[in-house]
Amino acid sequence: MLPWDLIFFYAFATVLVLAALCVISVKNSVHAALFLVLTFFTSAALWLLLQAEFLAIALVLVYVGAVMVLFLFVVMMLDINTESTREGFIRYLPVGLLVAVIMLLEMLALIGMKQMSALAAPADPGGASNTAWLGNALFTNYLLPFEVAAVILTVAIIAAIMLTLRQRINTRKQDPARQVAVKAADRVRIVKMASAAKETPTP
Amino acid sequence: MIDVAHLTLAHYVGLGAILFCISVAGIFINRKNVIVLLMAIELMLLAVNMNFVAFSRFLGDVSGQIFVFFILTVAAAESAIGLAILVVLFRNRATINVGELDSMKG
Repeated sequence: MLPWDLIFFYAFATVLVLAALCVISVKNSVHAALFLVLTFFTSAALWLLLQAEFLAIALVLVYVGAVMVLFLFVVMMLDINTESTREGFIRYLPVGLLVAVIMLLEMLALIGMKQMSALAAPADPGGASNTAWLGNALFTNYLLPFEVAAVILTVAIIAAIMLTLRQRINTRKQDPARQVAVKAADRVRIVKMASAAKETPTP
Repeated sequence: MIDVAHLTLAHYVGLGAILFCISVAGIFINRKNVIVLLMAIELMLLAVNMNFVAFSRFLGDVSGQIFVFFILTVAAAESAIGLAILVVLFRNRATINVGELDSMKG
């Protein structure tokens, strides 16, 4: 009888691999993005099996909640010609599969699966709370990288806005500086006129 | 022989290797579609993160999970800028086919 965690591992790993295969092989980009969502969700479940709760939830929140929604927005906003982007799919399929299989065999031979399989999981090193374990390390030893990560995110925001911002010529918009700086003389012009005599009605 | 009766580090590292190879195959066979290329890069980062989390858990070291945290941050920034470039590209050229992006004659 297999232990429960192994059964769950195999179930989630099967879903993960199938979803990843669908991501790279489906024709429609929207479907590919949705399969990528499934991939991230399944790997979050696998991380929960590893008792990495904080990162599992962060993966769901950050990736499924933000990055994949951004992907879906962009995919649906662009009018993509599916036929032209699919050309060469069959042509490159054999070489892609060959490279992937050879790379997989090399990796599995290189990393020494036998020694690693002898390493069973120790007791949870984080103790009761994975988040506290992570937070303690993050805000003491890794404080400077944490701040640098914040700077990187700020740079990414500004870069993304600057790249996609465009000045349209024909749009009507308000300029607050000009609105504030306006003077009364700009708006009302008082014209002096000589008063005219009242016309007498002709009999 | 590999222990298949217990959940070990080998399971997770093997899964990470499989995921990485799938994404490499995806980069090969989807050479024309920039969006799927970006998705394959995300898959690759996920495979690396899987290894980091597994090693962190099985060796009892917090550094692996901290590193995954930073990888998630940088990957989010990368995909935001990548998609912004993609939108500008589509606005200027009306295509995302890699084969037609040859104005630099590279």
